Amino acid sequence: MSTIPHDHVAPHEHDQDHAHGYAGGIMRWITTTNHKDIGTLYLLFSLLMFFVGGCMALTIRAELFQPGLQVVHPEFFNSMTTLHGLIMIFGAIMPAAVGFANWQIPMMIGAPDMAFARMNNWSFWLLPPAVIMLMVSFFVPGGAAAGGWTLYPPLSVQAGMGMDLTIFAIHIMGASSIMGSINIVTTILNLRAPGMTLMKMPMFCWTWLITAYLLIAVMPVLAGAVTMLLTDRHFGTSFFNAAGGGDPVLFQHVFWFFGHPEVYILILPAFGIVSQVLPTFSRKPLFGYASMVYATAGIAILSFLVWAHHMFTVGMPTAGLLFFMYVTMLIAVPTGVKVFNWLATMWKGAMTFEAPMLFAVGFLFLFTMGGFTGLVLAITPVDIQLHDTYYVVAHFHYVMVAGSLFAFFAGAYYWLPKWTGTMYDETIGKWHFWGSMIFFNVTFFPMHFLGLAGMPRRIPDYAQQFADWNLIASIGAFGFGFSQLLLVYAVIKCIRGDGEKASAKPWEGGDTLEWTLPSPAPYHTFETPPAVR
Amino acid sequence: MAGISTGSGAARRRLKMLSAGLAGCAFAQSHVALAAFEWNLQTPVTPIAQQMFDLHSYIFWICVAIFILVFGVMFYSIFKHRKSVGHRAAQFHENTFVEIVWTVIPFFILLFMAYPATKTILGMKDATAPDLTIKVTGYQWKWGYDYLQEGIGFYSSLATPLAQIENREPKGENYLLEVDNPLVVPVDSKVRVLITASDVLHAWWVPAFGVKQDAIPGFVRDSWFKAEQVGTYRGSCAELCGKEHGFMPVVVEVKSKDDYARWLAEQKQKVAVVAEDPNKVMAHADLVGKGESVFAQNCMACHQATGKGVAGAFPPLDGSQIVNGPKVAQIALLLNGKPGTAMASFKQLSDTDLAAVITYTRNAWSNKTGDAVQPAEVRTARQ
Repeated sequence: MSTIPHDHVAPHEHDQDHAHGYAGGIMRWITTTNHKDIGTLYLLFSLLMFFVGGCMALTIRAELFQPGLQVVHPEFFNSMTTLHGLIMIFGAIMPAAVGFANWQIPMMIGAPDMAFARMNNWSFWLLPPAVIMLMVSFFVPGGAAAGGWTLYPPLSVQAGMGMDLTIFAIHIMGASSIMGSINIVTTILNLRAPGMTLMKMPMFCWTWLITAYLLIAVMPVLAGAVTMLLTDRHFGTSFFNAAGGGDPVLFQHVFWFFGHPEVYILILPAFGIVSQVLPTFSRKPLFGYASMVYATAGIAILSFLVWAHHMFTVGMPTAGLLFFMYVTMLIAVPTGVKVFNWLATMWKGAMTFEAPMLFAVGFLFLFTMGGFTGLVLAITPVDIQLHDTYYVVAHFHYVMVAGSLFAFFAGAYYWLPKWTGTMYDETIGKWHFWGSMIFFNVTFFPMHFLGLAGMPRRIPDYAQQFADWNLIASIGAFGFGFSQLLLVYAVIKCIRGDGEKASAKPWEGGDTLEWTLPSPAPYHTFETPPAVR
Repeated sequence: MAGISTGSGAARRRLKMLSAGLAGCAFAQSHVALAAFEWNLQTPVTPIAQQMFDLHSYIFWICVAIFILVFGVMFYSIFKHRKSVGHRAAQFHENTFVEIVWTVIPFFILLFMAYPATKTILGMKDATAPDLTIKVTGYQWKWGYDYLQEGIGFYSSLATPLAQIENREPKGENYLLEVDNPLVVPVDSKVRVLITASDVLHAWWVPAFGVKQDAIPGFVRDSWFKAEQVGTYRGSCAELCGKEHGFMPVVVEVKSKDDYARWLAEQKQKVAVVAEDPNKVMAHADLVGKGESVFAQNCMACHQATGKGVAGAFPPLDGSQIVNGPKVAQIALLLNGKPGTAMASFKQLSDTDLAAVITYTRNAWSNKTGDAVQPAEVRTARQ
């Protein structure tokens, strides 16, 4: 295996150097320190988790298909909503973003690998044990955690040992994220090719740099919150127990101090991908590069000041309600700047609509809708009505699924030719887009109405007047779920090399460094740094 | 995007008519079929809820305007600036003036949203000078209401039969939104609610009143409402509180001032009757009969109608050593709960209710102790 110092001692120009090859079979993947292998592991892992979390979502939608209890018991239903959230956030979206970073950041900045190659291996291999613990928790006495992914005490203190497994899983996944982030920050700050100044970096590297700082700042906060939960559960502390001098609301403050930056952790890498895809398929440089960087940083800084807008109903003082409302509304300004910049990038371009572009435009359209509902929710008096209803469920699925996920689909189709050397099947890509786009809206658009009409979230059964929209949402969810099989098919076809061979630069408008490399990208790239203008 | 609200007064009134079934007007006919595609906030009956409703409509329409503008531009671009129609890409990539404009304009739009919102928040938080104060306590899984000035209090639990939930009977009009004892308040009076919880977080929510307040164990938070229309208004617990979270509705009956006074007198009468004879000795069959309903209200969610509990989570009562053992131990368990488990203290129940439910469990399923626990025994154990 190559390490960076070794590469510097003996730089090679050839692709197949036996001394620098890799172990065969399964050991290649267990012992790998290669950023491309680890990127692949992250991406495949997140794809698997996407389907695990998806099955949970479909269980939820099956139960909510009509009023009454049909499919699962209420307690198991609560476990489904809890684990669906945790798996999708920590198992699917975050690892997918790290997978993209692993593959792309070294290739985009002209680096030979990630800065800490061995730690990179460790960051990935921490994830499977964490997820296994979450899965095992279904089979322990009391079942899996059922207090919502937010784990609010005292309910989470009341829970069985499934909650302990969840807490440890979160600790492990947090450690993995922190290591991944340190790696990304170090790589970006130290391993850029000569001439690649920070303000010349591709936008994807910028958004990930800022994301990595956010992760380093808030993952320890989450670890602290769940550790306090653990000691409240087992060691007689009373951080969150009023009877011992604590306060259940303290947990919510600490949790959301993590939780709000976390939602930007989930979306910023997606912003980065979209900022690569839109210029490529508009054949026009990204509009307002500098203001994009500042807007991203602005969003990141504001994200530390808005946490209590998740808690407008806990009974905050008037000054608190006003402060958190105003700052939350302010986020609309930098977010608006980003949307306008993307539109200006498309404006007067020469657009073509291959699958990556379709998903990027779909992202832009639906993410902005999620932004509007975010603005509605920011208005405290309106949020009092909508807090903990399906309106909130609709809002965050618009920004997380149609936002992050659609951007990741765009990124996957965009870079699959580079990763595998084979063009993906455009027909399948287009079907995947339209299936996802239509069924996504069939699923989640009616949830706005359900929330406005007064349907609380996290309930296994509901009053009769919510029946019709729920039925439509459930149909949409199954359509959306099955549409995702097309993605799997497209990916498998690419990996098997079943398709047109990809050229080094399959996209006419691609102008970042990875397109100067052959397709598929050789195992070791940029052992000698490229010259950047 | 938010729900499509109707702008014109007439259309909005029609929408309000439709939502009457949902808001739960006491005398409304079944609007289930019509109300099913409900898409806006429930019809407000308090000034604050009305402000929330209007604020939502106002912001919704601003968003719609921005939406049309922004995506008008996007779709124009998508259709005109594509390679297939022969458009050649321009190469501009910045314009400081435009960038400043689209930073500053949204800021001003936000100011127009923040101003009315601030006014509503200030009104919402002003709970001073109430006509009536009621303490609301969230329990797993029911609500407790105490009229602090009147000395009356009662519990309010789901009234929908299990058979409807399990699809063995057709569902009623107010399925999952009906309770045994609704909260009763007078119309046109400022009611301050002091909200707390006994076990985990709950949230007391009545959409038509614009009141949603988390119930936090160990802390008391307040909110208020002034209902301007007589009727029955339905809401639910809004904060995940465990297994039966979806099954603890809030129902509030707003009565005319005369009806309210009459209801209050009746309640006080009932309290007096119960207080009369604490040492009465009840027949075995009466205790079992009453105990069965107490069990259904308080115990069945965990221990199940079969008394078998849920393996791994809630222990069985059928064949339990405690239930078949000495009476004193079982009374103590119900009064004190079992720390560290989901078994909470039930000391809030009356002596009679506790005696009845203990007697019932000792003589139900395969348990055949044949004995009875009298209210006086519970009273002794309390001291």
